[in-house]
Amino acid sequence: MSANFVALAYLIAAVLFILALKGLSSPISARRGNMFGMIGMAIAVLTTLTITQNLIYIAFAIIVGGAVGAVVARRIQMTAMPELVAAMHSLVGLAAVLVAMSAFYNPVAYGISPLHASNLIELFIGTFVGAITFTGSIIAFGKLSGKLGSKPLHFAGQHWFNLFLGVVMIAFGIMFIFTESWTPFLIMIALALTLGVLLIMPIGGADMPVVVSMLNSYSGWAAAGIGFTLNNNMLIIAGSLVGSSGAILSYIMCKAMNRSFFNVILGGFGGGDGEVGGAGDVEQRPVRSGSADDAAFLMGNADSVIIVPGYGLAVARAQHAINELAEHLIEKGVKVRYAIHPVAGRMPGHMNVLLAEAEVPYDQVFEMDEINNEFADTDVVLVIGANDVVNPAAKTDPNCPIYGMPIIEAHKARTVLVVKRSMAVGYAGLDNDLFYLDKTMMVFGDAKKVVEDIIKALQH
Amino acid sequence: MSSAVDPVIINLTVFVLAVVVGYHVVWNVTPALHTPLMAVTNAISGIIIVGAMLAAGPEQLDAGTVMGLVAVMLAAINVFGGFLVTQRMLSMFKKKSK
Repeated sequence: MSANFVALAYLIAAVLFILALKGLSSPISARRGNMFGMIGMAIAVLTTLTITQNLIYIAFAIIVGGAVGAVVARRIQMTAMPELVAAMHSLVGLAAVLVAMSAFYNPVAYGISPLHASNLIELFIGTFVGAITFTGSIIAFGKLSGKLGSKPLHFAGQHWFNLFLGVVMIAFGIMFIFTESWTPFLIMIALALTLGVLLIMPIGGADMPVVVSMLNSYSGWAAAGIGFTLNNNMLIIAGSLVGSSGAILSYIMCKAMNRSFFNVILGGFGGGDGEVGGAGDVEQRPVRSGSADDAAFLMGNADSVIIVPGYGLAVARAQHAINELAEHLIEKGVKVRYAIHPVAGRMPGHMNVLLAEAEVPYDQVFEMDEINNEFADTDVVLVIGANDVVNPAAKTDPNCPIYGMPIIEAHKARTVLVVKRSMAVGYAGLDNDLFYLDKTMMVFGDAKKVVEDIIKALQH
Repeated sequence: MSSAVDPVIINLTVFVLAVVVGYHVVWNVTPALHTPLMAVTNAISGIIIVGAMLAAGPEQLDAGTVMGLVAVMLAAINVFGGFLVTQRMLSMFKKKSK
């Protein structure tokens, strides 16, 4: 097939990718958008098949990889989406490194022989971004899946060491560009792989939503970088779309935690319990606690209820129970809505997927900014498995480590119910003023058990 | 100045335009669908499969083509896994049936 025809087919594929992302502006158009994406990818792959040999080998590789992907996509638990996404970023990173090495080994295959300085520069950039994405994503995967501890790992002079490694890596990259030889190229790759590990190790579990978004972005830039080397516009377009998407998600996540991107990258926050702030705060303040029956009574007699779910809800596998509770309340004529904080899950939008899986209709689910003004007119707020995201100190106490973080304004409702295992602190290690308000009632226990008990009480 | 434009400049043009388009399209994505967005961008970054196929393309099998084939397989995991898991997630998003 002629090169022009191939380029036009690639253009169609690129437009379809844009439409795939555009579809996600609403759940109604999203499925059609995903279909556009699949068609675009099919066009891209089939077109490329017409200009390659070794069709049997290539088809075999696609079938093997495709089968693995399909099985994983079918089996993966929705709570494990962040791990899956991290694992997939690492694959893109490794693929980018392999393609770059292959391009350097045999530039003729890509019609870029002899290699110009610009090709070599692009090759260098695509390779090191791919290598960092590869190992960084493996570490992120390990932390998310609990195979590695989620605690940030630190050693003295870490940032200087990373900076030093980065400079040495660039030096070898420049040497590669001038000598066009394998030795500096491979050393550069090895250094980039090491750097990927070292950059992600110091970042704690609570910051993983940012890290996953960031690696998402890197995987796109790696693909775009390879596109530059191969003079392939479709790779550049698709890679840039992914790159900007990941960058925007990182920004949104940082903003939701009121932290700067560099603050997250330099790490050392949210590794576990109580390491930041709240240390001297041992005074026991009185809280009002109640039973599931009390909670059922309050909600059953309310006009409106807003449920604020946090990741603890998913940990307790209480999503289906909460939907059942909501259905009972709606039957009684109570207006039920959900309020989602951007960092309620382990990745952007995670909580929405977990609720959708539990068959919560998406028109009952609202983002923080959409619903925050409604709390003052709400009878009962049910906070379940969430902590830091409803801490009013983030608005009122400038000394508080999470000061400035946007919160769900649950404290403005007439009555606040908090379902919690114990008075233990959240990720940020802070005590939560919300729990001590006069209008707050704590219901202690496992989220799922408590919700089921509330449902039972409602049925009487 | 009358010579042909360097391919690097053409690539850069495409790159900058794509980033601008990506920026606008992604800001329009509803936050409720950020997880599917990430899954579908995973699939789309599997577009590296095209580069991998070209690497695997030359008839003579050598280190270059073998690396290409491995990359094809890895990218295929992303393409299929990404699109299918996105589809699975999106099919869960339903309005109230009543």
